[in-house]
Amino acid sequence: MYDFTYHRASGVADAIGKVNAAAEGLFLAGGHTLLPTLKLRLARPSDLIDLQDIGDLRGISVSGDGVTVKAMTTHATVAGSKEARAAIPALANLAGGIGDPHVRARGTIGGSISNNDPAADYPAAVVGLGATVKTDKREIAGDDFFTGMFETALDDGELVTEVSFPRADRAAYYKFKNPASRFAIVGVFVARTGGGVRVAVTGAGPCVFRVGEMEEALAADFSSDAIKDIQIPEDGLNSDIHAQADYRAHLVNVCARRAVDAC
Amino acid sequence: MAENGIGARSLRKEDARFLRGTGNYVDDINRPGQAYAAFVRSPHAHARINGTDTSKAAAASGVVGVFTGDDLAADGVGGLICGWMVTDKNGENMKAPPHPALAQGKVNYVGDHVAVVIADSLAEARDAAELVEVDYEVLPANVDTDKADAEGTPRIHDDIPDNMSYDWELGDAAAVDEAVRNAAHVTTLEIVNNRLIPNAIEPRAAIGEYDPASDGFTLYTTSQNPHVARLVLSAFCAIAPEHKLRVVAPDVGGGFGSKIFIYAEETVCAWASRKVRRPVKWTADRSESFMSDAHGRDHVTRAELALDADGGFTALRVVTKASMGAYLSTFASCVPTYLYGTLLAGQYTTPAIYCNVKALFTNTAPVDAYRGAGRPEATYLLERLVEVAARETGRDPAELRRKNFIPPDAFPYTTPVVLAYDSGSYEAVLDKACGIADYKGFAGRKEEARQRGRLRGIGFSSYIEACGIAPSAAVGSLGAGVGLWEGAQVRFNPTGSVTVFTGSHAHGQGHETTFAQVVADKLGVDFDNIEVVHGDTDKGPFGMGTYGSRSIAVGGSAIVSACDKLIEKGRKIAAHTLEASESDIEYDGGAFSVAGTDRSMSMGEVAFAAYVPHNYPEGLEPGFEESAFYDPVNFTFPAGTQVCEVEIDPDTGEVEIVKFSAVDDVGTVINPTIVEGQVHGGVTQGIGQAVLENGVYDGDTGQLVSGSYNDYTMPRADDVPAYDVEMYETPCPHNPLGVKGCGEVGAIAAPPAVINAITDALGTENIDMPATPERVWQALARA
Repeated sequence: MYDFTYHRASGVADAIGKVNAAAEGLFLAGGHTLLPTLKLRLARPSDLIDLQDIGDLRGISVSGDGVTVKAMTTHATVAGSKEARAAIPALANLAGGIGDPHVRARGTIGGSISNNDPAADYPAAVVGLGATVKTDKREIAGDDFFTGMFETALDDGELVTEVSFPRADRAAYYKFKNPASRFAIVGVFVARTGGGVRVAVTGAGPCVFRVGEMEEALAADFSSDAIKDIQIPEDGLNSDIHAQADYRAHLVNVCARRAVDAC
Repeated sequence: MAENGIGARSLRKEDARFLRGTGNYVDDINRPGQAYAAFVRSPHAHARINGTDTSKAAAASGVVGVFTGDDLAADGVGGLICGWMVTDKNGENMKAPPHPALAQGKVNYVGDHVAVVIADSLAEARDAAELVEVDYEVLPANVDTDKADAEGTPRIHDDIPDNMSYDWELGDAAAVDEAVRNAAHVTTLEIVNNRLIPNAIEPRAAIGEYDPASDGFTLYTTSQNPHVARLVLSAFCAIAPEHKLRVVAPDVGGGFGSKIFIYAEETVCAWASRKVRRPVKWTADRSESFMSDAHGRDHVTRAELALDADGGFTALRVVTKASMGAYLSTFASCVPTYLYGTLLAGQYTTPAIYCNVKALFTNTAPVDAYRGAGRPEATYLLERLVEVAARETGRDPAELRRKNFIPPDAFPYTTPVVLAYDSGSYEAVLDKACGIADYKGFAGRKEEARQRGRLRGIGFSSYIEACGIAPSAAVGSLGAGVGLWEGAQVRFNPTGSVTVFTGSHAHGQGHETTFAQVVADKLGVDFDNIEVVHGDTDKGPFGMGTYGSRSIAVGGSAIVSACDKLIEKGRKIAAHTLEASESDIEYDGGAFSVAGTDRSMSMGEVAFAAYVPHNYPEGLEPGFEESAFYDPVNFTFPAGTQVCEVEIDPDTGEVEIVKFSAVDDVGTVINPTIVEGQVHGGVTQGIGQAVLENGVYDGDTGQLVSGSYNDYTMPRADDVPAYDVEMYETPCPHNPLGVKGCGEVGAIAAPPAVINAITDALGTENIDMPATPERVWQALARA
């Protein structure tokens, strides 16, 4: 990796101050994307601002409305939280299926959604449950947060502080894994909440997206049969050596049905 | 059976250090004053170099040297060689392009070596490497094996037309044509044997160290054959005379063939250590390993199997294009020829066989031996053909094999493709495999799976290998530049413990245990008092190293020969001490006794007498150590039958290997646990090739697409089932232990078993490896 200046932030304000003071500063959360990128010399930040000491950014709170996960909470913590699991089992299951034990022990929800890897799992939960992302300066609806491949609504120097997920009557996430990386080739999060039915797809396209036709069909009949003939168009989906767009389009249907069956 | 002798499940001696992290790998070694090398590698698949400016790199912090191909040439350092001369079908020598350790004017694959930067620290070396300015003129890339010799394909080496190293043939083309014409049925297949990228857990590494006092070099390197490395680096690369070059290959974490070869990096580290007068260390990172380790397989084949009306095989015709990559690696030329065409008889009596192989250059990493080396490619196409022939002619696949097997009373059996099989029990092995696989119960399992919505299939692979590589005269007549014997030295220490020096090299095989068991058995010495030493050209006799499942068959036989010499010398000492005639001395299990008496002498007492020869036979040399060199009279022929069952999820195309049964005949088994481990590892690599692994270059740019674990699918524990592995021992008749070798069994046998099972489940003729979920889904969509 290239040289950079390493900082440890003592609080949110300190982190924001340090990143704004840097020529090209980056927040370091769990580091499971950023550190390999640095080691491969694919990124050259001037400063890294490590968030790990900020206790205010860790923890899970459960209320009648839902589950709030603070940004630096690891995937393993979410997966292992009895309260979170009792409130929204699909969320805990999703967190428990991210990466491998090393990734889950270090990776965080804030890091994951801020990076917005097209094959990441958490964006499916954020959009699938209609969550709200809170930053140091505002609240952003889950539907508005993810704007493109590795792109979000975050401004420069803006820091995700927590994500609030509403409770769902029924919800499940089903992932078809890339055989090599075990990232999602396609992951579908299906939820029925007070706000209606949501079907959110990760992995298949450049960014998480919803499938309105499936949502309508499921709102009328929440069964896998109701969506078995709904094929999404392959236009705009990802293609690589593991899965071409037509296969991904097909898998969206398979994963959606399996998610519904698992609800 | 002696405790810890032949046949015992002795625990591995080496595991104590490996499991505790106290192994000593090349990267663990640090020499005083050591500097670090970083290689500038080509980012292009094919480009001319119109100029290289190293001035900024040379001026960078910590840099002690920057060198290019011109510097190597100026010092008379020779290029990398291919040590096996293949003669093509017109009697012409293969075309071997120059392979400079650092490029001279041209780069031919992504990762090709352009320059080296040596600095005080690795970080400084890497920083400075980015400052080397190379003026590339990018040329169109040629990465498609099947089209490499087509008109209009970019030529890689200016003086090699059609990108062809050789156009080789073996067998009787006319007899095959005749048999195909008269056949009742001909099964035809087009088969791709996918490119594999070796992934030893320890990446390659090297430290070159020049000692001005002795004017000699030491090279620490990740090698499967340190003596061969020394020979090549001395005789061809001209690094130093052999007696001034010590090569040490300490603990090595896996090779699978990829560490046989002599590579650019180790050559440069050794040479540069004299230029900068400091030890020079390089350790590959995983990205470099993917790019620049020699890859494996990469064949495209059209094959026909002719059958008579009764299902007897009458002829086999095989036409293969084999990618060599951009250059000929150390043993690349023999892999798709003498380790491939010669295996095409398999376990069958097919009377007429013809094989044609075109070895072609592409803008890809060099391709060379990878676990199995040629034999997996032969086995794959043959066992796929047999399975498809059975389906096409409505025969049971086990029965069709049984009908065509070479019968047990036909050995020695000379095939139409040169080899003389020494022994085999093919039908008995198949029967045993059908038993442990519960072949009879398969129909029920298939139906039960169908009710669960899953497609179940079964596939066989009855394979043969030629291992114990190899009789020197035979391979010499076929073009090998070396003999393939092995050396050993067995030394009793005066206090009775034993040090065994072997030319074989262990990089995961457990030789320190297996060889000690052989010596314990032969000499009656306690297993714990035997130390096996390998991997250092300054210790023990010259040796040819480990590959081709040769270590126990050739290296182990050399050790037995040395033990036999010790026993004969011991007999003289015992006869003298016991005041008996030599002919009256009987040897058994470490004790010499006078026949018909209770007078005896232990091996330890004999050894002591030899080192303290106060009362000693006149004219006999003191000391108690013997060397031996063993040159096998033939290959060994491990064989067996492996049976795979899969279930396919028709919605996603996912394949689950649900059952895998193997009966392997590797001759006498020294340590069953180690042999089973070798089979398990090999089968896992075979399953990896069949359903997971694929080395992919972009067709337009020649970039390596599968250059990391994000895209190259290594098998993981949850990809494979628990294996049912059993042995069937038909001892090899021509070596003293009756052993055949076991290291490559699974990698050779498993791929066709898996693909036969998948195609059985799908009801399709063929699917290319790796049978990924997407490919299976596509096949289902077509069906």
